[in-house]
Amino acid sequence: MNTPEVPLFRAAMAVVRRDLLAEWRTRIAVNALFLFAFAVLVLVGYAVGPTRLAPEDRPTVNAVLLWIVIFFSAMTGLSRVFVKEEEAGTASALRLAAPPPAILLGKYLVNILLLFAVMAFIVPLFLVLTSFEIKCPSLFIVLLVFGGLGLAGASTFTAALVSKAAAKGALFAVLSIPLLLPPLIAAVSGTQVAARETSFAAGLDFVRVLVAYDGVVTTAAFALFDAVWRE
Amino acid sequence: MVKSFGFLLKALLGLGMAAICWGAFLYARPAQNFVGESSRIVFFHVPQAWVSTLAFFVAAWYSWRYLRTRRIEDDEAASAAARLGFLFCVLATVTGSIFARVMWNSYWNWDPRETSIVLLLLVYGAYLGLRGALEDPERRATLSAAYALVAVVTVPFLMFAVPRMYQSLHPDTVINARGKIEMSADIRIIFFSSMVAFMALSYWMWNLDRRVSRIVRERAA
Repeated sequence: MNTPEVPLFRAAMAVVRRDLLAEWRTRIAVNALFLFAFAVLVLVGYAVGPTRLAPEDRPTVNAVLLWIVIFFSAMTGLSRVFVKEEEAGTASALRLAAPPPAILLGKYLVNILLLFAVMAFIVPLFLVLTSFEIKCPSLFIVLLVFGGLGLAGASTFTAALVSKAAAKGALFAVLSIPLLLPPLIAAVSGTQVAARETSFAAGLDFVRVLVAYDGVVTTAAFALFDAVWRE
Repeated sequence: MVKSFGFLLKALLGLGMAAICWGAFLYARPAQNFVGESSRIVFFHVPQAWVSTLAFFVAAWYSWRYLRTRRIEDDEAASAAARLGFLFCVLATVTGSIFARVMWNSYWNWDPRETSIVLLLLVYGAYLGLRGALEDPERRATLSAAYALVAVVTVPFLMFAVPRMYQSLHPDTVINARGKIEMSADIRIIFFSSMVAFMALSYWMWNLDRRVSRIVRERAA
């Protein structure tokens, strides 16, 4: 089997274009992500509201709620990238068309785009609905970026796993939670710091954990994807 | 000959376990700074936690071997280790929780070690859940091996990175932060005997599981 030599990144970008076009035509993942996120925001906003929590409790409770909304929104939509290939029967064609690392990189980038789009929707609305004040916005943004990268990285890999299994939807969250608990704990703790303190250095330890996690989980996913994808 | 040697080992293990139970409750004295007799749990809780952690690495090691060799025996060894690890993880969680009630007056405090054992429990559960959702033996072996290997590199982020940011209430580890084993002689001998006995017991259980898997596979073929 001789596929012409295409640079990895160009092949990955072709996968991204193809996936975004397919997504634009059906909007299944986007609809799932945004509608779920909006429904949960309405519920949380109504239940917690801007005034229900005592000011000293807000950093603790709101930081957790924010990451719960982000995490479960991710769980509703990010498995589509691989599940749709198995459902539509296009996995074999994709297998012939591009080398595995390019496919993983392409799917990872698509998931990053999707997740960052939905986070750009969730986070401002959440801050407004719960009047959640962030004292160190730079730390908060860095945590959102690296937390999002880790979330997208681990869930892209578990999406590849569950696309081959029965009961894909239920399994996706079950497999992702243990892998994502460490970065989520770091992200929640860091967000609590960002809501309490003005200095970036106070939350630096959590940023370090997230950056290291993102590097490790991405490396592991690329190392193991070949075996998963050929199965 | 081999059969009788195996019987001898099992008899020794049984007698050894009985002796450890006797020593744990009647020979060793309670340690200082612990409520009442609660320190005796160290003889059972620590070996369980140790076996459940070790089994995780054994499962990852055999998963890696499976991806290299594609021998189904390696997959059976990995899944046997995961089942065993899950069992010991539940035992370590329950015994630790009882100790926490006696010592700190609450069953669960989200102490770093409690958090990490729960994460281990979740990983074992997810791994076994993934296996349950895959019918084809080779596909099940490959995908669960890949999951085990990703888990083995992500779990340490909680065990080693996040918990150390906080103070732990948990008693010193066996070799403490000062690099010494601070146990009195009577506790030390029972404790290390118990570690050896639990390792032997789990090795035996692991082999039994692998043999059952082999018999099931050969009968199905």
